[in-house]
Amino acid sequence: MAEVVLKDVSKSFGSTVGVAGIDMTIPDGAFVVLLGPTGAGKTTTLRLISGLEKLDRGEVFIGGRRVNDETPAQRDVAMVFQQYSLYPHLSVRENLAFPLKSPILNTPAEEITRKVAEVARVLQITHKLDNKATELSGGEMQRVSIGRALVREPQVYLMDEPLSSLDAKLRTDLRIELKRIQASLGATILYVTHDQIEAMTMATHVGVLDQGKLVQFGTPRDIYENPNSVYVASRLGQPRINILPGDLFGTAPKGAHQIGLRPEHVTQGEGRAAQVGRVEHLGDHTRLHLRLDGHEIITLADPHADYQPGHEVDIAPRDPLCFDASGDRIY
Amino acid sequence: MSSFSVTEPSQRSKWFAGTLVILYALITMVPLAWIMLTGFKTPPDSISYPPKVFFEPSLEGYVNLFTTRTRIGQEALDALPPPDTWYEEIVRERDMVIAGPSKFGERFLNSVIIGFGSTFLSIVLGTLAAYAFSRFKIPLADDLLFFILSTRMMPPIAVAIPIFLMYRQLGLSDTHLGMILLYTAVNISLAVWLLKGFIDEIPREYEEAALIDGYTRFQAFYKVVLPQAATGIASTAIFCLIFAWNEYAFAVLLTSGTAQTAPPFIPTIIGVGGLDWPAVAAGATIFLLPVMIFTVALRKHLLRGITFGAVRK
Repeated sequence: MAEVVLKDVSKSFGSTVGVAGIDMTIPDGAFVVLLGPTGAGKTTTLRLISGLEKLDRGEVFIGGRRVNDETPAQRDVAMVFQQYSLYPHLSVRENLAFPLKSPILNTPAEEITRKVAEVARVLQITHKLDNKATELSGGEMQRVSIGRALVREPQVYLMDEPLSSLDAKLRTDLRIELKRIQASLGATILYVTHDQIEAMTMATHVGVLDQGKLVQFGTPRDIYENPNSVYVASRLGQPRINILPGDLFGTAPKGAHQIGLRPEHVTQGEGRAAQVGRVEHLGDHTRLHLRLDGHEIITLADPHADYQPGHEVDIAPRDPLCFDASGDRIY
Repeated sequence: MSSFSVTEPSQRSKWFAGTLVILYALITMVPLAWIMLTGFKTPPDSISYPPKVFFEPSLEGYVNLFTTRTRIGQEALDALPPPDTWYEEIVRERDMVIAGPSKFGERFLNSVIIGFGSTFLSIVLGTLAAYAFSRFKIPLADDLLFFILSTRMMPPIAVAIPIFLMYRQLGLSDTHLGMILLYTAVNISLAVWLLKGFIDEIPREYEEAALIDGYTRFQAFYKVVLPQAATGIASTAIFCLIFAWNEYAFAVLLTSGTAQTAPPFIPTIIGVGGLDWPAVAAGATIFLLPVMIFTVALRKHLLRGITFGAVRK
């Protein structure tokens, strides 16, 4: 496994900016999650590291080696594609064995058999090994496509929303499995997801992309607790952070144009009175949708307390994040 | 149990469609059937009027196709020992003896070499070109494709005289290589266009996956693209083979001896005292077989190939 370093990595497609000047160091053995909305450049970043796209500018280093001019095969990366890309003319077994049979790896037959069986067991697809790749459900295809990466021991795994079409149970299983693989093999993984739980539970580092730029890079906790902008703050947190005018609760903190309140940072029983709009009972906790001066505020509440729409609740901010007019964090 | 479906045609329209197809098949197959029947007639039966549909089958046409014969006088005939083989017997009945084998075997072999050779070459070059047009950014790709197609916009025979002169200069006249190159040149535009359509339909993600999995682009092409293009390759190969196999005009013009194919040869089979129709029909029948076998062998691909792109799974 290896460290991956991006220096001023840039790529445009015609007039569309893919990524613009990304500097990022993915430490050896790290599990880095890339976050960002569609079009932020997450997939492009993976493709540039893999060598499927040529850089317009900048450098990529894998394990200290400059790989700009190397082919994807020479770079020794494994990639899980969002659209699976299983070989339709091959069986599941042959799909899994395909990378091992490549001229670069040229794995002995018995080792291929062993590795394919092992990966199939982990991904719970042993009973489908002799099926054609086209005879699988979406979730099964996705598992095979993860398996095709996991049979190898590449310098770095690149994964583009690998768990997106799995059911909840399997997703949880595989999340734990991927994390275990990363921890036990010391694998370096760069992972794109929209799923906040995946990001928070698996990542050692989170990179937030906005319009092709890396706007913040840090531990998941750091990104959650210390976002450097409204944009980053909005990327993590479910329900989303409440972005409110700075003076909603009386005098604004100095220089604060907007304040950001995580749902857990709303204190009840003091401050201003807000109306209860909607109550969502989620079992272990309850979400309250409150309205205050036309602003919607979502907060968490005691699951045993009885809230009714139309009730009033006094709320006050606790440790708000303060942002200036352009959305940058001031403190 | 009865069922009703919106997409399933009604019984009556199925019958109607079936009848139409069978009628059409009969109309197209009657000439073929007539040729095959004629191959098994005796020369007098083949030209009798009214035509004979029921007749006593004979292999005389096939014997005449594969042999050359000379007529000898009754005395010389009587002096010969009795015929050793069944085909000699057939020939003797017409007061003739077998002088040697005919050229049909050679001509047929020439057709096989030239037909399959040019098909193979068209497919190899066509697949590579189609892949390049489909996957790479080629300067002026659209113009090049149009240029390739434009070679089909006139009847090939329109350039017969320049080609004839050129071939004579280059020493390609009446050679296998010359004919293979010529048919390949004609077929390649069809091959490139057809195959490009098929390869365009194969998502490039498969190749990208193969590149990541440790393969070079050529290996990815060979291991991932080619198997999936098999349908297109098979149907393109059939079209190329049919053209090269049946081509007559250039074959007449450019070949006469060593590289002559079967189409110009068959009509030259002359019997003693006129055209030997059963032998000509026998030649045509044998000539049909390779293309028929090739087409039947690939028919599953052909059906899927002809309707390609109509419905995507």
